[in-house]
Amino acid sequence: MTRQAEQVLSLEGLTKAYPGVLACDDISFSIGRGEIHALLGENGAGKSTLVKMIYGLVAPDSGRMTLEGRPFAPPEPRAARAAGVAMVFQHFSLFDALSVAENIALGMEEAPPPRRLAARIREVSELYGLPLDPARTVGTLSAGERQRVEIVRCLLQEPRLLIMDEPTSVLTPQEVEILFETLRRLAQDGTAILYISHKLEEIRALCDSATILRRGQVVATCTPAETTAREMAEMMVGASFAAVERAPRATGEVVLEARGLSAPAPGAFGTPLRDISFSLRAGEVLGLGGVAGNGQDELLAALAGERPSPRGMLFLDGQDIGRLGPQTRRAQGLATAPEERLGHAAAPEMSLTENGLLTAAQSRGLLRRGFIDWPGARRFAEAVISRFDVRTPGPQAAARALSGGNLQKFVIGREIAQRPRVLAVNQPTWGVDAAAAAAIRQALLDMAAQGAAILVISQDLDELFEVADRFGALVGGRLSEIRPMAELSLERVGLMMGGAHDMEVAHVG
Amino acid sequence: MIALEKRPQPSRLWRAATPLLAVALTMLAGGVMFAALGADPVEAIRVIFWDPLFDPDFAAYSRPQLLVKAGPLILIAIGLAIGFRSGVWNIGAEGQYIMGAICGAGAALALYPAETRAILPLAVLAGALGGWAWGMIPALLKVRFGTNEILVSLMLVYVAESILASVSSGLLQNPEGMGFPGSRNLAQWDAAANRELIAGTGMHWGVLTAFVAVIAAYVLMSRHILGFQLRLSGEAPRAARFAGVVPGRVVVICFAISGALAGMAGFFEVAGPAGQISIDFGSFYGFTAIIVAFLGRLHPVGILLAGLLMALTYIGGELAQLMLGLPAAAIQLFQGMLLFFLLATDVFVNYRLRLGRREAA
Repeated sequence: MTRQAEQVLSLEGLTKAYPGVLACDDISFSIGRGEIHALLGENGAGKSTLVKMIYGLVAPDSGRMTLEGRPFAPPEPRAARAAGVAMVFQHFSLFDALSVAENIALGMEEAPPPRRLAARIREVSELYGLPLDPARTVGTLSAGERQRVEIVRCLLQEPRLLIMDEPTSVLTPQEVEILFETLRRLAQDGTAILYISHKLEEIRALCDSATILRRGQVVATCTPAETTAREMAEMMVGASFAAVERAPRATGEVVLEARGLSAPAPGAFGTPLRDISFSLRAGEVLGLGGVAGNGQDELLAALAGERPSPRGMLFLDGQDIGRLGPQTRRAQGLATAPEERLGHAAAPEMSLTENGLLTAAQSRGLLRRGFIDWPGARRFAEAVISRFDVRTPGPQAAARALSGGNLQKFVIGREIAQRPRVLAVNQPTWGVDAAAAAAIRQALLDMAAQGAAILVISQDLDELFEVADRFGALVGGRLSEIRPMAELSLERVGLMMGGAHDMEVAHVG
Repeated sequence: MIALEKRPQPSRLWRAATPLLAVALTMLAGGVMFAALGADPVEAIRVIFWDPLFDPDFAAYSRPQLLVKAGPLILIAIGLAIGFRSGVWNIGAEGQYIMGAICGAGAALALYPAETRAILPLAVLAGALGGWAWGMIPALLKVRFGTNEILVSLMLVYVAESILASVSSGLLQNPEGMGFPGSRNLAQWDAAANRELIAGTGMHWGVLTAFVAVIAAYVLMSRHILGFQLRLSGEAPRAARFAGVVPGRVVVICFAISGALAGMAGFFEVAGPAGQISIDFGSFYGFTAIIVAFLGRLHPVGILLAGLLMALTYIGGELAQLMLGLPAAAIQLFQGMLLFFLLATDVFVNYRLRLGRREAA
């Protein structure tokens, strides 16, 4: 066989411009049969645009693609699927009320009769170690199992190329191991896999080769197993950056305490909070891990005061704050930063000055009898921008004009600049580039060193290992026992996050 | 091939230019429509936009009418715009306007024929309360039961119209009116009349109130924390909740402001230009004010200008009916086009047009 035939997909000079940005600039690389190829880059590096071109969602401005030696230019995803390209998206597109088999049938061009389909699903899922019961209702599945549904849906098409977009962000470490086993087995059978992630250790463990994108261009290729995570990170960022340093610090009095905090689920797809108890001391960082959708948003909303809690559940300095609104809690020194930057932590169409005012109006004395001190608000926004190195033309820029990482720096910086005594953050570095993430983590640790109490809710375990003193896991709206981080291994953390329980359920099918 | 491309930032130029462009396009399309109706389009446009202000025969009558018509439009639109910017959709200002007129006139007539200066302010207050109370119905239903305020407020317009028909031949009917439906004429009763303040200008208490409302709304929305919180609720409801804004409170405040202003406008109208409560008191000011609010970009100063422009099309439209025999429906269509073109050209604030071939795949 010629070398050409060994290549499943090859890209030559793919270019796509959007107004004001060159999303992909002359990108060329190829993926061979049975190769697991990592596509690595920060947010906005062009990964998703590139994948959209391969999957037929976006047409390239110029450049050529070949799939198995034939020219490949899918006008729409259906054509890409027909040509043998399958994709598992980061966000699932499943109907909760339908069964696994029904969901899979919906995604197929010509679904076989239900009984044959169920048999095929069992067959494929057993073959690749993805136990799945076709009759189960999707609403009852865990995130890991839902991902299996998506993967099995792709495998039924017998794809030549499988694209995985950030597949592990919703998985426990144990589930990640199972996924990797499956992907390796697929690769052995000759399927080419394009694996998109920014989790460097995973890429080192799994991938045969890696293409690194920065600002729309291929800046490097490497063999992940022979490259350190730090080297890859620096290639991604294009510069070296300081590692996070932890200063030794003393913990003080308990400032924030939850005693059996419970709340019903907000709406049909929320998670109820069940009997959550923890205490947070001054100078301490408490990390709460967990797979997405296990009560993180609800817990932060309860702490922020967006949803009031019954008496006797939440205490700040021993005083019951359950019934207090967000502004009063902030005035008493409890600041929060939710996960969703645009639309929740910040108003997209409003300027940074206005977004600064959003939480700082009272604590920074920006109101006089209800009238806004706009020059003062602008000075506050400017101070946050310069202290946290937010890249923006100025405080008049609309929040939505900032990149995700820069807005995250502004949103976290806005809270830190108000010097709260307690800061609760959810996913503080989600979608933020490595250098900015390091800066945010450092700022959180510095705050703790100065005596603030910090609660970090995160799905990124590496982050929690880096900053947290103690660790607890959120599972189904409950909080596990809280343990000192130094005593915990990654496996132990995974078990706390409910991985063990999850696998037992999976094998029933 | 023509393609729309999203702009990285909304265009300030287009934001200012779209109302002017919309007016120009309305004149163009309106001209075509008038031509189809058999009128000379240039003359029709002149009769609508120019003659009411400058024609030697009509201007003396129609120039004061400009403020008389613009006053209620501006007053109502200011209230509506505060709600629209907060994401609260009060479509029923017409009903609040009618109920304000009924309550204001009713309060005044209860004291008939007293002659004290307290009656006018008292009646204005009663009018505001009437509009406020009518606005509270959709607001509280939304807060309590999550009903859709657009539907409820709109349907309450028809309820208000039925109440209007009932009281004008019942509760508020003029006992000396020889059985004709309609109340006593408030404009002819000194204590309650909403007089022209400066002769020959059309300026009455309602117009003055509208100007004050423009300034107050400007200060509220751009300088006060309440205005900031209202805007925040409109832009990003979740961010507003995060900032401690209670969503239900926003709904109640917006309906309270817009209802009270519409109610006041109703009373000023009944005590001045209209004179009495009658079956045909409803004037569609409440609906036209929605167009005025959007034409003015929901900004107080813009609404002031848009209100004057819309008033001009009203007066000019009447003149065109009179002079050119154009049907009343054609004038309403003309006003509708204005909103249509405004919304259509609005696309260019956030998008730009790109001409040329679609790039090869």
